[in-house]
Amino acid sequence: MATPRQIQVKDGDALVLVGTMKGAFLVRSNGARARWEVGGPHFAGQAVYAMAYDGRAGRRRLWAGTGSMHWGAVLRSSDDMGKTWTNPEAANVRFPAESGVSLKQIWQVRPGRNEEPDMLYCGVEPAALFESRDAGATWTLNQGLFDHPHRPLWQPGGGGLCLHTIVPDAANRRRLLVAISSGGCYRTDDGGRTWQPRNQGVRADFLPDKNPEFGQCVHKVVQHPARPERLFLQNHWGLYRSDDAGDSWRDIANGVPSDFGFAMAIHPHDPDTVYIVPIESDEFRCTPEGKLRVYRTRNAGDSWEALTRGLPQKDALETVLRDAMATDPLNPAGIYFGTRSGQLWGSSDGGASWSLIRGGLPPIVCVKAAVVGEVAKARVPGARAAATPAARRPRGGKTAARRPSARAKRAKGARRAAPRRGAARKKK
Amino acid sequence: VAVVIHIPGYVREFTGGLGRVTLAGPSPATVGEALTALWALHPGVRDRVVTEQGAVRPHVNVFVGVESIRFTGGLATPLAADAEISIVPAVSGG
Repeated sequence: MATPRQIQVKDGDALVLVGTMKGAFLVRSNGARARWEVGGPHFAGQAVYAMAYDGRAGRRRLWAGTGSMHWGAVLRSSDDMGKTWTNPEAANVRFPAESGVSLKQIWQVRPGRNEEPDMLYCGVEPAALFESRDAGATWTLNQGLFDHPHRPLWQPGGGGLCLHTIVPDAANRRRLLVAISSGGCYRTDDGGRTWQPRNQGVRADFLPDKNPEFGQCVHKVVQHPARPERLFLQNHWGLYRSDDAGDSWRDIANGVPSDFGFAMAIHPHDPDTVYIVPIESDEFRCTPEGKLRVYRTRNAGDSWEALTRGLPQKDALETVLRDAMATDPLNPAGIYFGTRSGQLWGSSDGGASWSLIRGGLPPIVCVKAAVVGEVAKARVPGARAAATPAARRPRGGKTAARRPSARAKRAKGARRAAPRRGAARKKK
Repeated sequence: VAVVIHIPGYVREFTGGLGRVTLAGPSPATVGEALTALWALHPGVRDRVVTEQGAVRPHVNVFVGVESIRFTGGLATPLAADAEISIVPAVSGG
């Protein structure tokens, strides 16, 4: 087995966690984020679909959900930046015997709210939510969601029947939203006891009923803590925003080359700024026109602009998967994404310019970003105060708004090549 | 005379490095009993070899001698007192 290269990670470092189909990598830089060091592969040969940094309560803890094709999936943690990892004797995320269900894969590990520093969540395949109230020492199945009468009707997408996104409401401790492919969004308002589908307005193009109560193939949902009632959603076809915590959704695919995509990330300081990487279609699943473009909205989806500086704009048939994009908490914000072709890209100026941090990695399925220790200790050249929202100039917004939107195209019936949006569409 | 279980490399982290575990005590009547005895000695092996529902993981093969238990009755496969069991990862990957 490959011996992982170890890197020295210090307080104040920007840290990017990269999960791949063949192991995990730790990527560090100082606050300037100009030069990067890459450590790994940790868990060489295992698929790492879920990673997280937990810096609450003075911790410096890394989490990785590792999956061996042979030996199963387990959650592992490290308190020494990857020098050693736990490997619990008994699998820590496990379905109860009476459920009759076996864990296939760990898709998400998510530290809870700062006010609940020992709370963690874990999303798995087959779709279920696990919770830990003791900082990850023990995990229990959320029975309310598992017993939901819809559960037997959820259908697996191309990636399996997975619970891949967990959004603990920043303002309401009793509220949590999860996303399931293909079940849609479900929300609890009573701390996880009962769950209701929250998909009104979200299309399911692959079903006879295009607007079902549940069954949508949601790919990612993001929330900004400063505006918790607002959610953004990248769907399997469709970009949406909710201003009522998911009760209803409206289409915001204004000026994007495709409203299909997987990844979505929110700006750390501006609740109106969101990043996506449009993918041409669910048949092709590559960036449109061979251009690797991140799209950014600075006005909550009223318009989107292409961010291309430093990114290949020719022969770049890339795919960025649902958990492979993240932002760091610095200012200017760092934006990171990884491709299925093993390229890790980063921007240290909020997306204005990009550089290849590392290529040649195995297929990237997870990217998370953090600052180790106190964010204020990171030294960012020319930084504004971290609490200051990013300036909201309408740069590119007008241009973007003039481009025909995916929504407008649909309205006109001007759908592109029929097979891409045809009835034979596969879902994921 | 005792049942011997051969442990694959990845799982030896949970047997203290042992590649071969000899089951002392009463001879197990089936593969399932032998594996239960193995878990008692080395608990960490269990969840690597079987799921939480007790089924051998789909990409793990268990052999008695040269015969895969998939074709001889699974965990109910009877054992001779001097049987050799091998736990082997399947030749799968990607």
